[in-house]
Amino acid sequence: MDVKDGRTVKGVNFVDLRDAGDAVELAAYYAEQGADELVFLDITATHEKRKTLVELVQKVARELNIPFTVGGGISTPEDVGVLLNAGADKVSINSAAVRNPQLISDLAKRFGSQCVVLAVDAKCVDGNWEVFLNGGRLSTGIDLFEWILKAEQLGAGEILFTSMNHDGTKNGFANETLAKLSEMVNIPVIASGGAGNMEHFADTFIEGKADAALAASVFHFKEIEVPELKKYLKTKNIPVRI
Amino acid sequence: MKKQNIVIIDYDAGNIQSVKYAFERLGITPIVSKDKEVIRNADKVIFPGVGEASWAMNSLKENDLIDLIPDLKQPVLGICLGMQLMCESTEEGNTKALGIFPVSVKRFSNEQKVPHMGWNQLDDLKGGLLNGIKPSEFTYFVHSYYVPLIEETIASCDYIVPFSAALQKDNFYACQFHPEKSGDVGVKILKNFINL
Repeated sequence: MDVKDGRTVKGVNFVDLRDAGDAVELAAYYAEQGADELVFLDITATHEKRKTLVELVQKVARELNIPFTVGGGISTPEDVGVLLNAGADKVSINSAAVRNPQLISDLAKRFGSQCVVLAVDAKCVDGNWEVFLNGGRLSTGIDLFEWILKAEQLGAGEILFTSMNHDGTKNGFANETLAKLSEMVNIPVIASGGAGNMEHFADTFIEGKADAALAASVFHFKEIEVPELKKYLKTKNIPVRI
Repeated sequence: MKKQNIVIIDYDAGNIQSVKYAFERLGITPIVSKDKEVIRNADKVIFPGVGEASWAMNSLKENDLIDLIPDLKQPVLGICLGMQLMCESTEEGNTKALGIFPVSVKRFSNEQKVPHMGWNQLDDLKGGLLNGIKPSEFTYFVHSYYVPLIEETIASCDYIVPFSAALQKDNFYACQFHPEKSGDVGVKILKNFINL
């Protein structure tokens, strides 16, 4: 769930945000539907006030009996402490880790690698995968694969990879790149960006070798229902919790 | 649900909120405390834990809780790192632990991705804490170290190697998975613990 001012939103290629509903209500709905994990990204946090986030995290965590990851605007171990105290199980970090990679090792040492998810937004420019910041607004010149290897060495526990080329397109996940990432590191890689139909999920587990798949709008707008998706994946011999 | 005094041991090793909220959803408000008297007088004790083992043992030491926990007489439930700290020792930071379960905690080999993170099925279930749980049901795991199978194993799981998903010895119960994050299956397990 991409969250702004306590509501879930999902952008098409990260602009033209549409409102997809109340965050607390949706969180409880997805847990009941059989979602395996909930990821909460405060997408505007890096450049807008984020006071409401902690309260919202607390409200959601009270309702939720599945793993809960929170990200957006996290730049210090103190930020992480506050979110974990509010009931988050993991945090995802992005821009702050690129600006200060040592944040990854500081967090891993203080809270354990298991709660440090490194989120990375990347775009394929002239055949090279480059890391982008601030929801895709800022180019860094950093190579995706080098960055992910470094993040793993520093103690990241999971990689949440969003392809900016695929996000919002509903044409499927960036499977070739995902497979390369997944084989390169020894930590779980979560596929994000591009889900449009159920086949796309099967493809990202099989071809993309993803350890998990993340989607937002197809669920928010009920184009795909979680129970139906899981049944479908099971018929494709992909192990899922039903 | 039985009204009772459940105390969550607070030793600054993370993830206490999730456990607290899980009991609140069952209509019980647990006390979060590091006070020895409060812990000793609880009907039931939860020993949670997330983080690094040597750091967590240090934290137990600083809070003077190392002798207290193995001496508790009421049902105690260790969760995740809590379970590992109830063992003899762990390879994580070469740490001597509380010694309730006679086994050393080992690190997973890198044959597959480590940590073992995600939902996995339980097997060889032996009642009690796990009453009513079927082998096909899933619980949520996040760990890089594991407890090998021992006599006290009351549920096993398989990732890289078969390992202990839950343990029991006398009044001491422990699970490697997170019941507070394991959906309806986790709820059943927490209810079983409350009803012990």
